[in-house]
Amino acid sequence: MLIDHTADLGIRVFGKDERQLYNHAGLALFDLIVHPGPPKKGKIRRISVQGMDWPDLMAAWLRELLYLWSGKEILVQNIDIKVIKPFMIEANIECLHFDPIHHEIRHDIKAVTYHGLDVKQEKKGWTSTIIFDV
Amino acid sequence: MTGAMRVPGIIYAGESMLEAIKQEEALKQVANVATLPGIVKASLAMPDMHWGYGFPIGGVAACDWDTGVISPGGVGYDINCGVRLASTGLTREDISKTAVELADALYRHIPCGVGSTGPVKLNAKAEKRVLTHGSSWAVEQGFGEDRDIEHTEDSGCMTNADPDTLSQRALERGRQQLGTLGSGNHFLEVGFVEKIFNPEAARAFGLFQDQATVILHSGSRGLGYQVCDDYLAQMVNEMPKAGFEIPDRQLACAMIQSEAGKRYFNAMACAANYAWANRQILLHRTREVFQQVFHIGPRALNMNQVYDVCHNIAKKETHTVDGRSRTVCVHRKGATRAYGPGHPDLSLDYRHIGQPILIPGDMGTASYVMTGTQKAMAETFGSTCHGAGRTLSRKAAVKAAKGRSIYRELEDRGIIVRWSGKSTLAEEMPEAYKDISMVAAVVHNAGISAKVARLKPLVVIKG
Repeated sequence: MLIDHTADLGIRVFGKDERQLYNHAGLALFDLIVHPGPPKKGKIRRISVQGMDWPDLMAAWLRELLYLWSGKEILVQNIDIKVIKPFMIEANIECLHFDPIHHEIRHDIKAVTYHGLDVKQEKKGWTSTIIFDV
Repeated sequence: MTGAMRVPGIIYAGESMLEAIKQEEALKQVANVATLPGIVKASLAMPDMHWGYGFPIGGVAACDWDTGVISPGGVGYDINCGVRLASTGLTREDISKTAVELADALYRHIPCGVGSTGPVKLNAKAEKRVLTHGSSWAVEQGFGEDRDIEHTEDSGCMTNADPDTLSQRALERGRQQLGTLGSGNHFLEVGFVEKIFNPEAARAFGLFQDQATVILHSGSRGLGYQVCDDYLAQMVNEMPKAGFEIPDRQLACAMIQSEAGKRYFNAMACAANYAWANRQILLHRTREVFQQVFHIGPRALNMNQVYDVCHNIAKKETHTVDGRSRTVCVHRKGATRAYGPGHPDLSLDYRHIGQPILIPGDMGTASYVMTGTQKAMAETFGSTCHGAGRTLSRKAAVKAAKGRSIYRELEDRGIIVRWSGKSTLAEEMPEAYKDISMVAAVVHNAGISAKVARLKPLVVIKG
C-alpha cells in the first residue's frame, strides 16, 4: 500500500510472519522502482544483513537491496530468505541487470529513511511502514 | 517550549501559510530538532518549510561546536544540493527566438535523469582530488574560470574534506556521475530578469532588466546519498552507547568532537566539494551549448557566475548569541546561507551589498535573487529560505495532472520544457509548490533577506 508524504514516498507492507514481511518489503521496493519486464532467469546473489532491532533490520535490509539498484543498476526479481532471526537476515536474491528497453522506471527511490519506520507484530501477522526519499 | 525541547521553535511564515503548516508533521519536527544536545538559541524554520524526515525541510539548527552534536539527517541525503546563477550578455528576446533549439541542445548535452552518467570519468586518484579541492579541481581541468570560484560559497571548497572517511560504495558511486544534473526536482533553467527591486544590488550582481540568465539546481548525486546513508546507520547504532535519547532515529547524531562526529563532518565536506565540482562542470557545459546555439564566442556570451549557494549543509561558523561570540555547527536543511553586508567571507565586489541568495521557484512561475542582511545574522544564524517548498505530494500532483498536458500548459505560457522521467513533469508541476512570491515576501518582510530581482523561466530542463 502506498502512503502519501509531501516530499517523499512511503509504503505499508504486510506479511503472515517476519519472513514474508521482509520478503514483501524487498519486492515492494523494486515494484516502486520499475515496471517489471518479462520474467527472465537471473543471477543469484547471497546477502546478509544485521540490525539492532526489527525496524533497524528493515532499514538495513532495504538499504542493502537499494544499493544494488543505485550503485550497480541491478534489479531484484525474486527473494528467498534462508535465515531470519532477531535481528539478522540471510537471503538469496535473484538479480537482473537493468535494461532500459524492457524495464520502465517508475520512481527514482534514492534512500530508505528511518523517519516513521516501524515493524509491528499484530494479531493477523506482521506490518511495516517505510518512507523512502525520492 | 514543551517536553524535552531545550530551546524554543521559531517559524517564519505568512498568516495564510499557517493552516497548511499546522496540518503537517513539520511543526512536530521543529520541536523534535529542539531536543538535540547542544542546540543553541532556537530550532528555526523558514517559510518554505514542509514535512521532511527527521528535520523539516526549511530547517536551521545551530549546535555548540564543543558541546553540541552534528546530525547527517540535519543536512539531508543530497549533501550540498544547491543553486548556481549565471548572467549572460543575451536578452529575453534572443532566448525566445531560439528557445526550442536551445532546449533541445541543452537536453542533448547536459546528462540528466535517473542513473545518468557524466562526461568526466574519474580514476581513484582524480576522484580524491575532486573530493578535496571541489570547484578549483574543475577549473584546473578547464571547466570554467577562476572568477567562478570567487562567486561560490566557501570558494567551492570545504578544506576539512578527508576522502579516507568515505566508504568504497560512496567512492564507486562518485566515479560515474560527475557532470550530471540528476533527477527529481533538479533542473537547468534559462530565464530572464523580469523585475528589479534593488537597482544598486542588481548592478553589483551584474543583472539588468530583460537580461537572459541561467539557473542550475543539482547536488552531490549518489556519492552524497551514500555518505548520508553510511553515517546515519552508524550513528543510529552508536547512539544508545552515547546515551542520547531522541524522538526520531532520522535525527541520529554524534557529538561534533567525537570520532564519529569528526569523521562525518569530513566526509560531508567531500560530498560538498563533489557537488561544487559537479555544478562547475554543468555551468561549463552550459556555456559551450550556448556558444554553439548562438554561434558566438565566450566574450559575446559573457556568461558570468553571479553566485553559487548550497542549501543542504552543516558549517562551522561564528555567530553572536546573547551578546557573545560562539562557534557553532549550523545545519541548513533546505535553507540558504544569508550573510549580511560587510561579512569577511564575501568576495570584495559583493561585500558592501551582502551575499547573493538564490531562491528558485517552480518551473512555471519565477525565481528570486535576494541578499543577506544584518537581521539574518542576528536572528537566523545568517540563514533564509531555499525555494518554494512542496505543497502537494508527488502522488497528489500526478493525480491533479491526470488528463492534462503540463508540457502544453507551460508552452502556452512561453516556457519550453524538456524532461527525462516519465512522471517528472506531473510531479514537478507548478501547483505542486507553494507560491514563491509569498515565500520571498515573508523573508523580505521579516528582514532576513532583501529582494533584488525576480527571474522568469523560458527554457527548463528537468531530470
